[in-house]
Amino acid sequence: MYKLLLCCRYLRTRYIALASIISVTLGVATMIVVNSVMSGFTTEMRNRIHGILSDVIVESRGMDGFYDPDRHMQQIAEVAGDYIEGMTPTVIVPAMLNFEFRGHNIARQVNLIGIDERTQSQVSDFEEYLQHPENRKAMSFQLREGGYDTQDHQAGPEAQPRTQMETAGWEHRRNWAKWQTMQTSSYQTRWPVEKQVAQQQAAGTQASVTQSSGQLPIQPPPLLSSAEKTTASTISGPIDPFAAAAPQGPVFDPAKEQHPGLVLGFALGSIRDDTGTDKFLVLPGDDVKITVPTNGRPPTASSCDFTIVDFYESKMSEYDAHFVFVPIRKLQKLRGMYNESTGIGWVNSIQIKLKPGADGNEVREKLKKIFPHQLYNVVTWQDKQGPLLAAVQMEIVILNILLFMIIAVAGFGILATFLMIVVEKTRDIGILKSLGASRRGIMGIFLGYGLMLGAVGSGVGMALGLVFVDNLNRIADFVSWVTGQPVFDPSIYYFEKIPAIVDPLMIVWVVFGALAIAVLASVLPALRAAMLHPVEALRYE
Amino acid sequence: MNKGLGNMLLETVGLKKSFHKGKVTIPVLAGVDLSVRPGELLAIIGQSGSGKSTLLHLLGTLDAPTAGEVHFEGRRIDNLSSSRRDKLRNRHFGMIFQSYHLLPELNTFENVLAPLMIRYSTWGYMTRRHKYRDAATELLEIVGLGHRLKHRPSELSGGEMQRAAIARALVAGPDLLLADEPTGNLDHQTGQEILELLCRLNSEQNLTIVMVTHDTGIGAIADRVVRLVDGRLAEARAPETRTTKKRIPA
Ligand SMILES: Nc1ncnc2c1ncn2[C@@H]1O[C@H](COP(=O)(O)OP(=O)(O)OP(=O)(O)O)[C@@H](O)[C@H]1O
Ligand SMILES: [Mg+2]
Repeated sequence: MYKLLLCCRYLRTRYIALASIISVTLGVATMIVVNSVMSGFTTEMRNRIHGILSDVIVESRGMDGFYDPDRHMQQIAEVAGDYIEGMTPTVIVPAMLNFEFRGHNIARQVNLIGIDERTQSQVSDFEEYLQHPENRKAMSFQLREGGYDTQDHQAGPEAQPRTQMETAGWEHRRNWAKWQTMQTSSYQTRWPVEKQVAQQQAAGTQASVTQSSGQLPIQPPPLLSSAEKTTASTISGPIDPFAAAAPQGPVFDPAKEQHPGLVLGFALGSIRDDTGTDKFLVLPGDDVKITVPTNGRPPTASSCDFTIVDFYESKMSEYDAHFVFVPIRKLQKLRGMYNESTGIGWVNSIQIKLKPGADGNEVREKLKKIFPHQLYNVVTWQDKQGPLLAAVQMEIVILNILLFMIIAVAGFGILATFLMIVVEKTRDIGILKSLGASRRGIMGIFLGYGLMLGAVGSGVGMALGLVFVDNLNRIADFVSWVTGQPVFDPSIYYFEKIPAIVDPLMIVWVVFGALAIAVLASVLPALRAAMLHPVEALRYE
Repeated sequence: MNKGLGNMLLETVGLKKSFHKGKVTIPVLAGVDLSVRPGELLAIIGQSGSGKSTLLHLLGTLDAPTAGEVHFEGRRIDNLSSSRRDKLRNRHFGMIFQSYHLLPELNTFENVLAPLMIRYSTWGYMTRRHKYRDAATELLEIVGLGHRLKHRPSELSGGEMQRAAIARALVAGPDLLLADEPTGNLDHQTGQEILELLCRLNSEQNLTIVMVTHDTGIGAIADRVVRLVDGRLAEARAPETRTTKKRIPA
């Protein structure tokens, strides 16, 4: 009883000990904040990666892929059907994306993914990342009339509105088609008047380019005059083969018709500025050109026009800046991966979604048995992103060790302070002994004192940490405002806010660790106190 | 070694104590034989540095003798384990000191209750606390501190602190009160009051008291006075009977 009473009294009267515990408080708060943010990041990242990738992937090692995906899926269902919720074949090839923006030909290297829009969303969160509400329900490669999100549906209301998206869809396409016809006719009327001979030829080239490609808003003179040779080779090079292959029948009217649909990675079609506003280079309704290597030997380039029907925004910048989705059939035909007579194509991967609770590694091992290792690669999504996740995990571990060291250092502060307090309390210890307090009791006082200080320190630290995490983004904004430097740049992470997840178990561990350190630090002073000779303690002045 | 004087409350046999400072040995007690009868008020006098406090510490098992034995109620106590000695001090001995030795963090009331808090676990104490609170309040009334319950020691005068210390020494119902110069830090008047209080407790409650003091004059009220000279005891005055015991001179 006296232990408790004295602990409480010491706690209330010794401010120096409270000062020594501040480092524990700060350590605990920091650990909670850092762990919450880190686990927020990893969870967010894992979820997104997992949402993008399917659980298990069977992919061919060669570029040609494998024939007859349906037969493959049947085989997969035979060995692991019990675990599988859905499957979809995909064709993944590196490709080149070209589009025109204010007279500039913009080229991007992309990962072109041919998907079956009916089954794709069975294996991943593909649809959730689209920008049209209807596409999120049932994805279609048909351009929508309008109604694309003007507000990021994955972010809160505080995200910057995307006003340019208001007109996206057929409206944008009609406007653009109208404008383009105007442009073309104005060129054809104006140019010959200004410079007769040279431009006559140039206009001819332009007309043929425009006709064959059908829709790229090629307008400005630089492309045609001085730089004509080089631009012609880059622009019309990939166009021409396609132009020959394209149906020459009825004239294509961009105001009423669309090319095959294409879903563009968000970061491919827009640029995010410092304020977090997205500036769009293209919109749904615009056309882009895709160039892929064919399946021939050697591969040749094969191009085709596509109409953007939606944006794909997974918020993982790596994916958003590289993924482009097109209908699988179209891609197969484009690459020569389609057998016209049988109606069966080649694909180079099959995405598998597992039932909840199924073990990906187990399925992987089962599938490895039926697909020859030299030709097929069977991986789980963790395998694919293993290095990244492992690196993040490692970072977390190291950070925790470092922060825990800080608390441990604080432990030495407690130790020193406690030794001082024991010295200061020497006479009291003698008095207690003369009253019959045991060594264990004396030790208990100081251990209990350490525990209480630890509890106060880590309790306050925990509260501080939780409040901090709760107001994380406000604090980040404030710090940005004070320093003028953005603390958290959404354009890097593609998260609007700093994600944080508070794991109760983590808090228990941190608080428990801090308590343990406080108690450990008080063991030595407590032992010293217990070992004091009563008479000498009484004599101490 | 037991001399078999069963009716003695406390007795020492050939008690020796010397301190070592490096290679130098300082002999303080050189064979003290002391017997304390139940209900007796025994005064130990001696010059400063003669070893009176040392003797009292040995009696109270706060220190271990270099040689010799201490018996309490016929049983040897100087060689008990430290936890047994802690218990003994808590249950059978009350101690008061020259410089009061109250715990500064606790108020008067809590200081008085400290021995009981030490005796029982938190639970055990909480279940009995009403009884003990009453006992402590009563004791504080007896020593004349009923109006100072919630004061910290730093807010009390010397005499008040010593009264609180006496109440604390008595709250656990000890068989023996060991007092080391209880009046040493007090002015004459206050000292007299404290002595009167101890005297009253001795006569009214038949409390056995061993009191160390500097002052031969104060020794005059005791049943028996022994003098500590050169590490040995010498009878300073034959014990008086209770009836003829002098009252404190005004
Ligand atoms: N721990 C120690 N180490 C060395 N010498 C000590 C120690 N404790 C006491 N002494 C010595 O023992 C002797 C007796 O000390 P003690 O305190 O018992 O005297 P005292 O009779 O109580 O004196 P006073 O009347 O001044 O209180 C002193 O000479 C002192 O120096
Ligand atoms: Mg002394």
